[in-house]
Order: sequence, then C-alpha cells, then structure tokens
Amino acid sequence: MKFDRNSNGYTVLFMSILLLVVAVTLSWAFMFFKPFYEQNKRQEKMTDILYTIGLDKDKLEEAAKTKGLSLSYEFIKQYFDKYIVKQVALDAEGNEVQGVNAFDIDLKQEMAKPAEKQVYPLYIAEYDGKKYYIIPLYGKGLWDDIWGYVSLESDMNTIHGIKFDHKGETPGLGANITEKWFEQRFIGEKIFDQNGNFTGIDIVKNWKDETNKDDHKVDAISGATLTSNGVEDMINERLKHYVPYFKKQQKQ
Amino acid sequence: MAKKKSKEILFDPLFENNPITVQVLGICSALAVTVKLMPAIVMALSVMAVVAFSNVIISLMRRYIPMRVRIIVQLVVIATLVILVDMLLKAFAYDVSKQLSVFVGLIITNCIVMGRLEAFAMDNKPWASFLDGIGNGAGYGLILIIVAFLRELFGNGTLFGHKVIPQWLYDHGYMDNGMMLMPAMALITVGIIIWVQRSLMPQLTEKE
Repeated sequence: MKFDRNSNGYTVLFMSILLLVVAVTLSWAFMFFKPFYEQNKRQEKMTDILYTIGLDKDKLEEAAKTKGLSLSYEFIKQYFDKYIVKQVALDAEGNEVQGVNAFDIDLKQEMAKPAEKQVYPLYIAEYDGKKYYIIPLYGKGLWDDIWGYVSLESDMNTIHGIKFDHKGETPGLGANITEKWFEQRFIGEKIFDQNGNFTGIDIVKNWKDETNKDDHKVDAISGATLTSNGVEDMINERLKHYVPYFKKQQKQ
Repeated sequence: MAKKKSKEILFDPLFENNPITVQVLGICSALAVTVKLMPAIVMALSVMAVVAFSNVIISLMRRYIPMRVRIIVQLVVIATLVILVDMLLKAFAYDVSKQLSVFVGLIITNCIVMGRLEAFAMDNKPWASFLDGIGNGAGYGLILIIVAFLRELFGNGTLFGHKVIPQWLYDHGYMDNGMMLMPAMALITVGIIIWVQRSLMPQLTEKE
C-alpha cells in the first residue's frame, strides 16, 4: 500500500478514527465498571457512618472473622441495617420529609439549591444501648471537595465521633484531616453553648487547650489553614440546618 | 543496533538497564507510592500493564502513525490505558486505589512509558514490544517493591500490614524509624540500591 502518511488529510483521518475508537472503548468500560464502583462507594459510606458511632474497621473485621466471613458489602450492609435504626430526610424547619431515601441523597446536588429547598439526611443509630445522631457533612477544602460524618450523642450536643475524607487536599498537610489524631480533637466538643444557642465548632490556629471540651474550639492543622477553615465551615454550615429538628426533639 | 534476543529484551531492563536505577526514570512515583508494600505492588502491576499494552498497540500501528503527531498518538494510547486501569482498580481494589490516589493517573506522565514507546515500540514488532514492556515494567516494579519492603519493614515494623518485628525487640529498646516513611528516605534508599548495583556491575560505571 502506497500512501503519504504525513499528508494533512491522512493525519486528520487517522486522529479521528483513533479518537472515535478511544471514546467508544472508554464509554463502554465506564458503563461496565460503574456498578462495581458504586457498590464500593456505598460500602465506604456505610463503613464511615458505622465508624462514627465507634464501630471501626478493626471491630468489623473481628466480627466478620468470628463468623468466618470476609468484610464484604453484604456483611457491612447487615451491620448497617442492624445499628442504624432510622434514616430520615428533614426539611429546613426540621420536619421529616416522606418518600425520600436519606441514604441516596447527594449532598453536592442538594447544596446547590437554596437552604429552604434542600432536604437534610439524618441517621439515627442505636449501639451499645446508646442513641446517636449522625449527620453527613460536605464542603470545600483548599483544592477540592471535602466531606465526612459526625455523630452526636443522645443529648444532640456532644460530638461522639467524626470522620473526614477529601478528594485532593495536599498530602502531608490538608490530607491529614483523615488522620486519627485530628479526629480526636473534636471528640467531646459541644455544638451548643450553655444557654442552648448554636455555636458550632471553631477551628483555631495554635490552640493549645485541647483538654477543655466546653470551649467549642479545636486546634487547626499547621500548614493547612485553608483546609482547616474548610472543615470548620463545613461542620458549622451543615450542623446549623439540623438545629430546628434538635430543638423540636428536645421539647418532646 | 544489532537485533536483541527475546530473552535479552525481557531481562535486560530488570538489572543491567533498569529504568529506575540505570536510566533514572520514574523516580517521582517510586518515592510516592513506596510507603507500604501493597500499594507498591499494585502500582508496579499497573505500570507493567500500561507499558506492555501501549507498547503492543503502538507497535501494531507503527507503520500507520503520521510522524508529525506520533507523540500525541502515544499519549492518547497511554491515557486510555491508564484510565482503564484506574477504573479497574476503583471497581475491584477500592482501598488500594484510594491509597494510590492521583499516582495511578500520573502513570500517563511516567517517562518510562513514553520512553519505551518512542525508543522501542515505534520500530519493533508487537511481540518484541510486549516483552520489552513487561521487562521494563518489571524492572520498575522490582525497585518499587524492594524500596517499599525496606520502608514498611523499618518504618512501620509491618509487611502487608502485619506485624513482623517481634515484640521482644521493642521491649529491648528497638524503635520503628519514622524517617523511613518520609519521601527523603525513599530517595536515599533508591540511591543506596544504585550504589550497590554499580559496585556489583562495574560495567555500569562511567569511565573517567
């Protein structure tokens, strides 16, 4: 076959065919892998939620081992259904919205709407004879999205457990929000002051007084001020929408 | 250049022409993913798959690629394969893919891959190119695994997440070396491997 493979026409033709083949291959592969990926995401979400009430991965693994099972999606789902006794979607006034599956709410999409039109997912857990309220978090870090879950004790005030994750914070700095030592700083902190007004959590640079759990203040990560600010904004922005619901519950 | 035998194509890049220690390519990812053994192995396999298959694809197309856009064609092929590997990991090895995070995507920019396409696959047959890809991927992986083994063992006292250093050593004052987890120590480890290799293979040392 004799052709000039450096002519403009051939180059354009070659690239068009190549890109078409690549596009078809990738979209096919995406459709094929998507269900697996989504199941992994759901499993991760359930694992994270269980983590905030004190069922960490080690405990789940041990429980699976004693039953001779692996830490599969089905196993996590079974535990999730056992301990998360209620999943509710709330409106801005703190009333339950019927017909919405809380687990499937995409916070990123919800937060694009005005506050009064959003629905707010809330998980209620019962574990070890105690009741916990788990609120999913979503916000912006320095580079990209950050998210997490926070569980409040039955007083709807004290933070019992917290879990953060991020898409692309700086490794070694902002990415440290996933570390256990950072989570520990939040545990025991309160989100309301003594008069019952919502204060949220204040993340302060060089805050040395970590033993005081009544000051609503935790230490930021050095070198990751903007990620720390993002975490603070995320917690306070998300939690404040649940205040009407908590007030109603406390009156009952 | 005389034609190399299949065996040479496959084994040369493992030692004598290792992409990391001799060609000094792909250092960045070698530092980043070698804190633990498991991600390092997955990374090594991913790079191996990408180099081998992109080599084959480019070799099959080598007579038809317009020369003026050959780098773009190579990049398109590499990028496609990397995205496929990334999706595969997200579907079947989710935890490891989270640990590797951006570094799977960054295989696209790994100079080993493009180096092999440009230097080998553009003028060799598919089978030879496949072997060349496997060889170079394995050469890269070998160093990654050695570095990760040393870093996880001395940095964490674990291998694959299991404790291997006995408790009585800790009782006698042994401590894990946190320095090993820093990227700087990975570079020093790679340096030591290069040093050892050059003392064993004097033919690699530049003549004065």
